[in-house]
Amino acid sequence: MSHHDVSYLAPKETGWKTIWSWIFTVDHKKIGVMYLAAVLLAFLLGGIFAIALRLELWEPVKTLADGTVTGQVLDLGAGATANNWYNRAFTLHGTVMVFLFIIPSIPASLGNIFLPIMLGAKDVAFPKLNLFSWYVYVFGGLFALYAILAGGVETGWTFYTPYSSTTEWGSVTAMVLGAFILGFSSIFTGMNFIATVHKLRTPGMGWFDMPLFVWALYATSIIQVLATPVLGITLLFIVFERMFQVGVFDPALGGDPVLFQHFFWFYSHPAVYIMILPGFGVISEMIAVHCQKKLFGYKAIAFSSIAIAAISFLVWGHHMFTSETPAANAIFSALTFLVAIPTAIKVFNWIATMYKASIAINTPMLYVMAFLFCFTIGGLTGPPLATLAVDIHLHDTYFVVAHFHYVMMGGTVLAFIGALHHWWPKIFGKMYNEFWGMMGCTLVFVGFNVTFFTQFFLGTQGMPRRYATYIEEFTSLHQISTIGSLILALGLFVHLGNFILSLVSGPKAPRNPWGGLTFEWEADAPPVEHNFPKEPVIVHGPYDYGTVTPPHTNPGEFPLNDERPSA
Amino acid sequence: MTAINPDTGGQPAKREPWEDYTHQHHWRNGADEFDAAKLGMWLFLATEVLLFSGFFCAYFVFRMQFPENWHEASRYYLSWEIGFANTCVLLLSSFTVVLAIRAAQLGKKSHILFWLLITQLCAGFFLVVKLGWEYWPKIVKDELPGANFAYGERAAHVLEHAAANGIDQAVAMNEVARDHIFLSLYWVTTATHGVHVLVGMIVFAWCMYRAWRGHYGPKNYIMLENCGLYWHIVDIIWIFVFPLYYLV
Repeated sequence: MSHHDVSYLAPKETGWKTIWSWIFTVDHKKIGVMYLAAVLLAFLLGGIFAIALRLELWEPVKTLADGTVTGQVLDLGAGATANNWYNRAFTLHGTVMVFLFIIPSIPASLGNIFLPIMLGAKDVAFPKLNLFSWYVYVFGGLFALYAILAGGVETGWTFYTPYSSTTEWGSVTAMVLGAFILGFSSIFTGMNFIATVHKLRTPGMGWFDMPLFVWALYATSIIQVLATPVLGITLLFIVFERMFQVGVFDPALGGDPVLFQHFFWFYSHPAVYIMILPGFGVISEMIAVHCQKKLFGYKAIAFSSIAIAAISFLVWGHHMFTSETPAANAIFSALTFLVAIPTAIKVFNWIATMYKASIAINTPMLYVMAFLFCFTIGGLTGPPLATLAVDIHLHDTYFVVAHFHYVMMGGTVLAFIGALHHWWPKIFGKMYNEFWGMMGCTLVFVGFNVTFFTQFFLGTQGMPRRYATYIEEFTSLHQISTIGSLILALGLFVHLGNFILSLVSGPKAPRNPWGGLTFEWEADAPPVEHNFPKEPVIVHGPYDYGTVTPPHTNPGEFPLNDERPSA
Repeated sequence: MTAINPDTGGQPAKREPWEDYTHQHHWRNGADEFDAAKLGMWLFLATEVLLFSGFFCAYFVFRMQFPENWHEASRYYLSWEIGFANTCVLLLSSFTVVLAIRAAQLGKKSHILFWLLITQLCAGFFLVVKLGWEYWPKIVKDELPGANFAYGERAAHVLEHAAANGIDQAVAMNEVARDHIFLSLYWVTTATHGVHVLVGMIVFAWCMYRAWRGHYGPKNYIMLENCGLYWHIVDIIWIFVFPLYYLV
């Protein structure tokens, strides 16, 4: 058999050759799977730090009359106090989750696997660069790991100066260099995707024939390419500050710490959309497939991704309402409200798609609905924070923490796990257990909301973020939040077990279990090495549900509009 | 092509690798591959511009705060003659790299190697001048960034000038109090640019090896063209660095 009809997962003649075929692969699917393994490992690491935080917050730290201190959980010694350990835990939770997990999560794993297939291509534009970006990611991750083991970092993931540029604690330089290197990995992936979308669409596929996941990845890639270098230079400045005391950000040397904040957020705000746009993309895919309905407002969804990418560069100042001039604040506040418009366009279109559709109830669709619920809460708590007078009260409180977790976790992570279920049969050619998938989703949904909804209350009552202790009145809310985090963790482990079980003994997946119309459902499960035995031809739109019979499905399995019983 | 080569005693001329080049297997045709490679390079150039924009942004923030000081510091610490010489060689090298690409398009292997060698010599000249005539004297005099900076001769110079003109010493020193920020930015900007020049030399060394092995010709010169584009951006960044630091 030639490589035209063998699954990309098929082992080679010998074990060594199989290993070789993975570590030196230029196949986008294998690289995507390697990214998937790496980001899930990072997710586990970041999750361990998260649980450590929640356990420390089970009780406030109190010093009793006889001098004994109670309520300290993270008292791990090694020359550091419990407070130091708490600072490290929240810094590493943030850094690992942002740079190692959520930024590469959907684009580098699922995007890598499905972008070329959805375009009908054999691979991404630059396959070697793709592999290189994975190694750069691993190299950057090793730097971060070294930083964690060599004393950790206490600066918070935002590395604010002058603390980050002067502190003697831990290994800030290694961590900052790690994030700098990870940025390159992100840039390379972005460049690759943009060139792929421009130059590798199958003949006849116009821009508006592309699946919306591709549009979302395209918008994401633009931000990755244009914003990440600014983070690069910012982090490089921190390294220069630490190594040569250049003093650009250090007020003791005449520098300007607010300049750092501008630089940092000029990347890190657009980065928020690097995190969420791919989530929007997979939601669009899943909602159309599992509702078997033509997506409502295709062009509106496509252009809103580009609009979000454009606006994302204009709103960084809203992270600095407490350190800017009133005029700058007013401008950034107004611009920030703009983001709500394209985002709301998407949500309305998704809901309109679900209206009167035949909605399948399975794990991916359950996640779509969980996403719509949580992301809407996350989105709608944004405008209050963009409102200057309200933000002065809520700045740096748990309200902000809850807001961005509803967007990042309730948005991106829920979309990611849902999409993982959606495409699992295609990636690995095995079905997962639907009952345990839905069970895991329920636990994650409940656990997530219990964890973070309470934090809105804590925030409005004045609980500041990044503190290891709190006043006694907050105890019960903090304990509810901690219990929620444990339910959430349990749900995630249910998924992990379900996935492992599927790989070990899952039934073979059909080629098109959900009745999808995009190109990946025409490919084998798992796809052959060059994705398609011969180049696919575009004969219908990506979302012509109800008028086109999905490929590789049984007659009547996914009835067309005129075959359905009329309402 | 089975041209008879008189130099090899009637044996057929050895085919160069570029003559058989079509495109990598995942492309539909060579034109798409060429366009994509160029698009990718332009995207990379955009990231380079944005990387350096951080330096320029910091430059403007501090120059607007201390305009007088920056004028004085530039005059005192930097020599426009050296900067000008380096600007000239970089501009020349941008021209020679274009000639190398042209030679590849025409399939003249020895010309590619010749023009790349000239480019390398220009880049080497730039770095030698930078290190030997700019960095080294500054290191000797402790004219270093930020906290490592020492006023040294500059303070003596300023105080002497103040005494001669009846200016209060404290006021005079206050005017030079931001010298170290000017020098900090000068050091990090030019050093990062210098690293880019060095990377360019390494890349061109690789290009020369590939050219020698016969990989570049009319059917395949995209790598050379992309390296040339990189070299132009390194040049253009210097075109901004030169007036902003040496001519203020």
